[in-house]
Amino acid sequence: MFASSSLMALFKRDLLIAFRNRGELLNPLMFFLMVASLFPLAVTPDPKFLGLIAPGIIWVGALLATLLSLDLMFKSDYDDGSLEQIILQPQPTLLFVLVKTLLHWLMAGLPLTLMAPLLGVMLALPEGGYVPLVLSLLLGTPTLSLLGSIGAGLTVGLKKGGMLMPLLILPLYIPVLIFAASSVQAGIDGNTYTGHLAFLGAYLALMLVLAPVASAAALKISIAR
Amino acid sequence: MWSALKRLYHQLGSPKWFYEITSRWSPWFLWIGTALTLVGVIWGLAFAPADYLQGNSFRIIYIHVPAALLSQSAYIMMAVAGLVGLVWKMKMSFVVGKTIAPIGASLAVIALVTGAIWGKPTWGTWWVWDARLTSMLILLFLYMGVMAIYNAIESEEMANKAAAVLALVGSINIPIIKYSVEWWNTLHQPATITLTKKPTMAPEMFIPLVLTIIGFYCWFAVWVFARTRNEILWRERRTKWVKSLLSMGANR
Repeated sequence: MFASSSLMALFKRDLLIAFRNRGELLNPLMFFLMVASLFPLAVTPDPKFLGLIAPGIIWVGALLATLLSLDLMFKSDYDDGSLEQIILQPQPTLLFVLVKTLLHWLMAGLPLTLMAPLLGVMLALPEGGYVPLVLSLLLGTPTLSLLGSIGAGLTVGLKKGGMLMPLLILPLYIPVLIFAASSVQAGIDGNTYTGHLAFLGAYLALMLVLAPVASAAALKISIAR
Repeated sequence: MWSALKRLYHQLGSPKWFYEITSRWSPWFLWIGTALTLVGVIWGLAFAPADYLQGNSFRIIYIHVPAALLSQSAYIMMAVAGLVGLVWKMKMSFVVGKTIAPIGASLAVIALVTGAIWGKPTWGTWWVWDARLTSMLILLFLYMGVMAIYNAIESEEMANKAAAVLALVGSINIPIIKYSVEWWNTLHQPATITLTKKPTMAPEMFIPLVLTIIGFYCWFAVWVFARTRNEILWRERRTKWVKSLLSMGANR
């Protein structure tokens, strides 16, 4: 009970902080929008061709936007010293990590998911792709946040953590990318995409169990520095 | 047997013991590895029959497959070493993990380069987004991540632990990545490249391959020992036994 009330307090505090800095919330979304609009400029504005590569562009864009926002997951808590206090608390650190991951997903993954159909329109995503796009983002972005929490935990105290994190985390994102993008493709082709989504769900379930353990360990290592 | 293994484990935990045991082991691994690799490579290059489909170009398999196999198992070894270090606080294990990372990465590069050279005559192109090549490339990325962590974190102890956590996370993900890549490939281009599937090899082609694989493993052990011994000497440079060892070497 005590643990849940203090986690609730943490959750509320972080949400409040996030909504007081609304500009920061917009950054990943703007990044997502800009990356997606670079492709028509760089490749071709032809809607037929754009429709072919749209699932991949949207998913890579969402992945990179998530990656960029990961830096902030533990950083402010680390800077003002509250991270150490939280880790010293009697509750398991992995619950704290889970709350932080949920917050990160609420601030990055969920808005990206909601915005994705708009980018689909911009990139001429064919009709059948929208439902699997949103569903795959709903199932896939929490996994991105969970895996990302490991990278954020490992690099939180580092001055040059910004460039390091993508190196550590991107290879782990590959299964999500493969199945999410191919689920959208399957939807466009009129095939069933439930199998892809089931894999995304399974990966999410696995990482929900394993990732907080790893990132709690990573945080403890970083704090001891 | 069990108590002997246990004693060996504890002895390997001590840098001094590790140094002394491996200085006895290294020559054996070196000579056995060299002999096996030489026999395997000469047999494979000169005496094994040419492949009925690929002609002589298949012979690069005697470098390619051992390197690819070894770089995959090296990652697992690195993760296990990290786990032992994290759980039982065994410092030598971290040292071994650290020394494996660059060796495994170079083996991955060798496997990729030989794969590309092999791909040119057989597939007509240097690079194909084939499932196996791709998962090898991702393995190289994972190695790069571990090495980047060693470079980025100054404190040795923290870097060791952080890299161990990353290696463990990577090793859990390796099978997932491997199978997702394989499925991705078969989803998109089914059966265009069947050569990547291991052919049921004739024994006169297969035995040299086994010899080179065992030889590569022995060489790998030699490299890991050598790098670990260097690291031990550097870390323990202020201790008595290293000083006496070095002065002995100087007098010789």
